[in-house]
Amino acid sequence: MKLKMTRSGSYTFLLLLSLLAFVSCSTESKEPEPEPTGPTPVVWKKPAHFPEPVYDLSRNPLTEEGIELGRFLFYDGILSRTNKIGCGTCHQQQAAFTHHGHELSHGVDDLLGTRNSPAVQNMAWSKSFFWDGGVHDMDLMPFVPIQNPVEMDLSVAAAMEKLRNTPVANAKIPVNYPRMFKAAFGTEEINSERMMKALSQFMMTMVSATSKYDYFKGGDVNALTIQEKEGMVLFQKNCSSCHEGELFTNQSFRNNGLMPMRIDDKGRFGITGVDADKYKFKVPSLRNVGLTAPYMHDGRYHTLEEVLNHYTDSVQNSATLDPLLVQSNGKTGIALTSSEKQSLIAFLKTLSDEQFIRNAKLSDPGIGNAL
Amino acid sequence: MAFVTGLIIIHFTMKNIFSKHAAFVLAVFTLFAFSSCSDSAENSELTPVTEGGKLRLEFDNVVGDKNLVLNSVTYQNATKEDFVVTKLNYFISNIKLTKTDGTTFTVPQDSSYFLIKEDTKASQFVTLNNVPFGDYKAVEFMVGVDSLRNTAPIEKRKGVLDPAGSMALDGMYWEWNSGYIFVKLEGSSSKGNPVNNKFYYHIGLFGGYTQKTVNNTRVVKVEFGSLKAPVTATATPEVHLLVDVLKFFDGPGTSLSIEKFNSIMDGQEAKSQQVANNYAKMFTLDHIH
Repeated sequence: MKLKMTRSGSYTFLLLLSLLAFVSCSTESKEPEPEPTGPTPVVWKKPAHFPEPVYDLSRNPLTEEGIELGRFLFYDGILSRTNKIGCGTCHQQQAAFTHHGHELSHGVDDLLGTRNSPAVQNMAWSKSFFWDGGVHDMDLMPFVPIQNPVEMDLSVAAAMEKLRNTPVANAKIPVNYPRMFKAAFGTEEINSERMMKALSQFMMTMVSATSKYDYFKGGDVNALTIQEKEGMVLFQKNCSSCHEGELFTNQSFRNNGLMPMRIDDKGRFGITGVDADKYKFKVPSLRNVGLTAPYMHDGRYHTLEEVLNHYTDSVQNSATLDPLLVQSNGKTGIALTSSEKQSLIAFLKTLSDEQFIRNAKLSDPGIGNAL
Repeated sequence: MAFVTGLIIIHFTMKNIFSKHAAFVLAVFTLFAFSSCSDSAENSELTPVTEGGKLRLEFDNVVGDKNLVLNSVTYQNATKEDFVVTKLNYFISNIKLTKTDGTTFTVPQDSSYFLIKEDTKASQFVTLNNVPFGDYKAVEFMVGVDSLRNTAPIEKRKGVLDPAGSMALDGMYWEWNSGYIFVKLEGSSSKGNPVNNKFYYHIGLFGGYTQKTVNNTRVVKVEFGSLKAPVTATATPEVHLLVDVLKFFDGPGTSLSIEKFNSIMDGQEAKSQQVANNYAKMFTLDHIH
């Protein structure tokens, strides 16, 4: 290695060498080309009169692509064993994402569950999920219906394997899930975290806050009729200790005096094993209650009249009955006249949110089955 | 690497040709170009390796003095009931090693969850990496999954903690009552349930999310006694633990009768706690090699 060269020649050589070092470096490290367009961020807006959300968006920032993937996953029956039952099958938009007319829902092969399909709305504020509150994190919630043998009956592992093998030629719409995951999360990898976070992103957008009641709260005093306003006063006096605040639930677990059915569903007790929790179920939100019949955890009441008749006439006493349902004279239930009931029902129907149930961004993109 | 060596030789030769100063500046510049490169390239041999070796734990499932064989061999528990084991899975987590000088090494949290399955031989060998060199005299671990991880966000639930299984696929997670199953023992017995002669023990419950439940995680410490496990640059000691199914049935918590309890899951908190007190005593040291 004997080099003979002029001083300037040496400089040139070293400079070239330096450049070569840089060049070889940049080819070795293979930095990825910057994506022409990454996922488009979406700013989640809290309705002004609502409390702060429970879900932590910092761990799962919303994007248009993530929400869209979540919407497809929500409706697509591919997540069920039979390819027919999607989330949207038992959570239908026109019924505020419940299974209208079904006391209990039928999943794969028409197998029946044991509880009434709850409304998928305002999930952002949910501290727990399901009638018994067995799940506390929205990202862990979809595992339950997907894997339940009488709902969608498919392991999430198997569901993800099906998603990886899309598009499927004979599908209703040949959705390319690897491509959608890439658009939402940067690569085609499909894993539990991404799948659940996409579903959560979509559910975060399922906010109902534009009912007649909300317009009234927003300052439009004419949004409610005189009867509806009377109903609101009655509601605040008789119902709002549990159906509290703008969410119309304090998310507690209560025994509201329903006579146990043959299955003897003990509700919250099944999760905590505590005797004091026997026959307690989560207080449901009453938003869109005019659209979500039938009512109660087992769908036993078909109209709001029947529900109010329960509270006035048929509250059963038991060890865990909510003390709020025992009057000062020792009688169970709530005292209401029939005209008060009519006013209450008129008020409850002002919680129906037409924009929510017609919002195209929440609708089936054409892949679902509403059975 | 060959190119870098060549470059250094060139620098030495150039001393003779032009000013030391200019060459030094350019050489530094050139080396800087290379060193910035090595950050992104896969030149892992350039970065010093943290000093540490390996230690292996073997979880050898047995029934008394017999090896556990699934599906075919009939055993007898302390209440003189016959049984065949069809499945045995359990979580081991939060592993900590103690040196003979009393100092401890805690396996980093994210690398400290293992699912041992009798039907998967490889799962029964837990290799711990980056263990500081030295002689070890004890191992401590949790049977089950701690409450923190049981309530962690989904991005902290990878590998064996991924909830994407299902009961049908041998899942170790109760999705409807969020929480991991710590120990799953299933089998058949003439005293099993009258429908199919089977028994099912799925023991979990980490203490509850918002409302207190029993906590069936158990911390087990196995002292090596007169033995020690020397971790060196070249030797990987293997700590061979025996895990006795008979002690699952019979121990300080309860003498479990299959006839009386053919199924214990999340619905029988008190009984599950007794079984947990039993499985805390399942683990003993056999030998170290």
